[in-house]
Amino acid sequence: MTVVDQPVDDAGVEATPEFEAAAIRQESQRGFLLALPSYAYLILFFVVPLVIVVVYSFATRNQFGGTDLSGWNFDSYAKLGEPIVRAILFRSVWLALITTVICLVIGYPFAYFLATRSPRIRNVMLVFVMIPFWTNFLVRNYAWRVILGNNGPLTKTTEFLGLGEQELLFSQTAVVLGLVYGFLPFMILPLYASIERIDSGLLEASRDLYANGWQSFRRVLLPLSMPGVIAGSILCFVPSLGAYVTPEILGGAKTTLLGSYIVTQFLTARNWPLGASLSFVLMAIMLSATLVYFRKGGQTL
Amino acid sequence: MTAAVELTGITKRFDDVVAVDNIDLEIADGEFFAMLGPSGCGKTTTLRMIAGLEFPTMGSLKIFGDEVGTLPPNKRPVNTVFQNYALFPHMDVIANVSFGLRMQGIDKKVATASAREMIKIVRLEGLEERRPSQMSGGQQQRVALARALVNHPKVLLLDEPLGALDLKLRQEMQGELKRLQQDLGISFVFVTHDQEEALTMSDRIAVMNDGQLLQVGTPEDIYENPANRFVADFIGQTNLLEGTVEDSSTVCLANGARVHAPSAHGSGTKVAISLRPERAHIRQRGDVSAGETAVDGVVESVTYLGNARVYGIRLDFMGMEVRDENRPGAMLHEPGSEIAVSWETSAISVVAD
Repeated sequence: MTVVDQPVDDAGVEATPEFEAAAIRQESQRGFLLALPSYAYLILFFVVPLVIVVVYSFATRNQFGGTDLSGWNFDSYAKLGEPIVRAILFRSVWLALITTVICLVIGYPFAYFLATRSPRIRNVMLVFVMIPFWTNFLVRNYAWRVILGNNGPLTKTTEFLGLGEQELLFSQTAVVLGLVYGFLPFMILPLYASIERIDSGLLEASRDLYANGWQSFRRVLLPLSMPGVIAGSILCFVPSLGAYVTPEILGGAKTTLLGSYIVTQFLTARNWPLGASLSFVLMAIMLSATLVYFRKGGQTL
Repeated sequence: MTAAVELTGITKRFDDVVAVDNIDLEIADGEFFAMLGPSGCGKTTTLRMIAGLEFPTMGSLKIFGDEVGTLPPNKRPVNTVFQNYALFPHMDVIANVSFGLRMQGIDKKVATASAREMIKIVRLEGLEERRPSQMSGGQQQRVALARALVNHPKVLLLDEPLGALDLKLRQEMQGELKRLQQDLGISFVFVTHDQEEALTMSDRIAVMNDGQLLQVGTPEDIYENPANRFVADFIGQTNLLEGTVEDSSTVCLANGARVHAPSAHGSGTKVAISLRPERAHIRQRGDVSAGETAVDGVVESVTYLGNARVYGIRLDFMGMEVRDENRPGAMLHEPGSEIAVSWETSAISVVAD
C-alpha cells in the first residue's frame, strides 16, 4: 500500500501522471533511506574486506613472510593446481557432500514427521531441534570429543559389545559425524517449512489416483518440497565446505580440510596470497551453489 | 443387482467425536446420489471412507460386492473429485489427467492418448500444456473431473465440487455433471450442503445431520414427505407450526386450535406441521374453501421478488411466510390486513423431532 502524503496540496486537485510519478519516486527514496544503515554496514564490513581478500590473492609473498602489494600475478592461483592443495579441495568437497546427503536422508523423514503433527507437538519438537543452538558450537564439538574419545561412551559400548576398542576420534568419520550433528537443523528447518506448506489433499489425491506410498512421495511430495531440499542442502553444504572448528577438533592431522588449510596459510605458513586465493575460490563455489538455489528453488520460495 | 456401494453399520469416531454413527446405505449402479447436510454432519467423512482416505471404526463397506473397508485408496475402484480440486501444481494438464493411468503402470503413450481424449470430453482442448495456476476455477474443475474419470472408476466421488464456483458457472457445471453421469452410466456420489443443488441433480438424496442418516429418498420424496423436523426444515423452506398429536387425524396447535392433520404419530407426541410457503394461501377471513384448513393472521410485511411476493404473516402464536406467485390478477395484501392462511390437507406433512 502506498501512502501518498508528501507532494499533496492541501486543496484536493485532479490527479495527474506527474503527481503519481512524484509520489512513486518519493516512496522508493524513503525505502532507500530506511535501508541505508544496513547498506553502510555491509559495505564497510563485508564488501571492503572481500575486496582486500581479492587484492591480496594477486599479491606476492616476500621471503620474510610478509606480503608485497606489488608485482601482481596469478602465482597463488597456479598453486591451487598443486596435488596437495587439490587433494584438500577434493576432500573438503567430498566430506561436505557426504555430510549434506546424510543430513538430507536423516532430515527429510523427520521434517515430514514434524510437518504432519498437530501444531502443539510440532512447536515442542521444533524447540528440540533448536536446543543445540543454545550452547556454543565450540563447546558442543568438545562434547563430541568426549563422546568419541578414548574412554568415551562410544568406545565403552563397543568394548562391551565385544567389538573391540573402536577409535573414531581424529578420523574423517568423526568429522562427518560432527558436521552432520552441527548442520542437521539447517537441513530440517527449510525442509519442514516447505513440506508444511504442501496441501495434504495433494497426497490424498495421488493415493486416490492409484499411487502407492513410494510413488506418492516420488511424484508429488518430493517435487513439491524441492525448494526445501535445495535450500537445506545449500545451508548444509556451504558451511560444511568451509568448516574449521569441527575438523580442527574432531579430525586428525591426516584430514586437513580447506578451512584449516586457509588458516594455516595465513597464520603459520605466512602465505597470505595463497590463503586469499583459496578463500576466494571457496567463496566462488559457495556463491555458485547459492545461485543454483535461487534459480531452481528461490522462485517458488 | 449388486449395489455399487453398500455401507452396513458404518461408524467413524475421531477420538471422542462420533462423526458417522452406524449408517446403512445402498447406492445403486448408475445412480446420481447426493449426500446432503450441514457442515460437520458426517457427509464428507462418509465419502472419504468410501474413497479410502479414512478407515471406518466399524462396519462393512462394499463396492460392487467386494469388502473394501480396510483397503488403501489406491486399491479401490473409485476416484474422487476433491473440494479444492487438489490438482498437482507442478504438473501440466496432461500430466495431471494421465497421472492415475501412469500410476497403474500404463504406458506413457497410451496414458497420454487417453488423457487427451478425456480432456476433449470435458472441453479443455488447447489447454493441455497449462499449469493449474494458469486456469480459471471452472477449468480447474474440469481438469479434476477428467483426472478422475480417465481411470474409468466404477463409482465417482465428488466432494462439494461446485462449492468454489460462482453461481452462473455452478449452474452450468450442474448440467454438465448430470450429462456426463448419464453418458458414462456410472454412479456419482455427490456431497453437498446446497439443498437446491441436491434437488436438481440427484436421483436420490441422503440427508444427514450429526453423523446420523435421517432420510434417503428421491428429491420428491424428501421434499414432500420429510421424515422429521430437521429434514423438513433443511430441504427447501417451510413453516413449522408447533403442536401436539391428538388422534390419528387431528393436531392441536400451540394456540389451542385443532386442525385436521393425519399422521402416524401416537397421540400426545410433540409434532410440527410443516407447511411450505408456496402451498399456503392467503384468503379473506370466512372465505375459506371447503376442504381447506385455515388459521387467522395479520399481514406484517410484503417482499417483492419479481416472480413472486412473500408475505410475512403473524399468527397469534408464531410468525410464518406465505409465497404468492406473481400471476396476472394476483391479489395484493397490504401490511396490516387481517386475513386467514389456509391449506389443503395434502399440502402439509406432520413431522416429529
